[in-house]
Amino acid sequence: MIRISIFDYGAGNIFSLESSLKRNGAKVSVINDFNNVVEDFDGVILPGVGNFDPALISINKCKRKFLNCIEKNIPILGICLGMEMLFEKSEEGSLEGLKIINGEVLSLPKNRIKIPHIGWNNLDIVNEKSKLFEGVPNNSWVYFVHSYYTMPKDANIITARSNYGISIPASVETNNIYCTQFHPEKSSKIGEKMIKNFVKICTQSK
Amino acid sequence: MPLAKRIIPCLDVNKGRVVKGINFKELKDAGNPVELARRYSEEGADELVFLDITAAEEHREIMKNIVKNVASVINIPFTVGGGIKNLEDARNILLSGADRVSINTAAVIKPELIQELMSIFGRQCIVVALDVRRNYNKEGKNIFFKDGKNYWFEIKTYGGKKSTKIDAIEWAKKVEKLGAGEILLTSIDTDGTENGYDIELINAICNRINIPVIASGGCGSQKDILNVFKETQVDAALAASLFHFEKARLNEVKEYLSENNILIRS
Repeated sequence: MIRISIFDYGAGNIFSLESSLKRNGAKVSVINDFNNVVEDFDGVILPGVGNFDPALISINKCKRKFLNCIEKNIPILGICLGMEMLFEKSEEGSLEGLKIINGEVLSLPKNRIKIPHIGWNNLDIVNEKSKLFEGVPNNSWVYFVHSYYTMPKDANIITARSNYGISIPASVETNNIYCTQFHPEKSSKIGEKMIKNFVKICTQSK
Repeated sequence: MPLAKRIIPCLDVNKGRVVKGINFKELKDAGNPVELARRYSEEGADELVFLDITAAEEHREIMKNIVKNVASVINIPFTVGGGIKNLEDARNILLSGADRVSINTAAVIKPELIQELMSIFGRQCIVVALDVRRNYNKEGKNIFFKDGKNYWFEIKTYGGKKSTKIDAIEWAKKVEKLGAGEILLTSIDTDGTENGYDIELINAICNRINIPVIASGGCGSQKDILNVFKETQVDAALAASLFHFEKARLNEVKEYLSENNILIRS
């Protein structure tokens, strides 16, 4: 059985993610440290809830061990805040990001659109080879709930975009790191498909 | 393509059952929350709102077990409210599977709670519910005039039972500043009447703030939903009896809105 760990910052709902992974055949552990992750897990998820600084404080406590997971090429899925944390810095907080992906996290443009961005948008898939989107049709509806968006230095890592007044990266992918600004665990059947794909990615990387 | 308008079925729960009232009174049984949630999620609801409507006035905790049971059968966003008084209550609800918490009475009593919740859970997690009723006395700040009468919009707490003398427009602006991520705007005047949403109230609020607003109270038909999207800048429409009593199915409503040029998730 595929074993996936969800890192808990203690700031929000991970129950839905857990249920979705279980429905797709994974054995799930909720962790707040990365002890033994390399030996015991086939994939790691940084979930999408909370505020930048408090979440970084909790992951910084075990940063070296987390970086070790990445060096060992364990598949990582970062959702929303879990995606933003991997960048160098964010306008939401004053702490440094994890600096795993080059680029920064910016506030959505104020006064032009309502913030937070809450609701369903279409996905414009720009990299059809992404394993996360296997069987996901272009223009599928996915659920966003965020006030910040990422700006990767290397635009080639963007696998899908969405439009909310401005075009924002909906997902990025580099090596074995998969990130979504939207919430697959909340995006109905199509999101469930992506969770299933991530479980498959973990199986193949084993 | 931009953001789709959201259709949100609302489960008002009392003693473990979904109920529906008129002007917040005369509660009628409408079914089992878990079964309804499953059905709505499958039929294309864009989100689900669950309100434990008597938790605040009975000074008790929200029913966490039901929240958990609902959360485990759906894969769409889930907002839960009713009786959330502090950080711990909010955390417990989120741990039970809610994505967002809705606060109402507690925010009026202690506005700093909004800020506190926002700094931990993020703005997107905090929905502030406004239960609003027209007041024909003259204490309000923003006075409206219709049919020969002056009135203003007042915030009510404890399930609509308690007056606060707080002007709803001023309050909406304040909760936005304090860190609310969305406003769930319910008109007690139109609630349960099935005569349509309170367009006047919704416009009064939407035009003065820059966070998303969910319209609630008064939906009796798919036409009412179309109307609220045409007449206001609201982001989502909440409905209860329309779906509970199967006067319309979610997929039919969404099809109808699409045909009428409202952008809807298909």
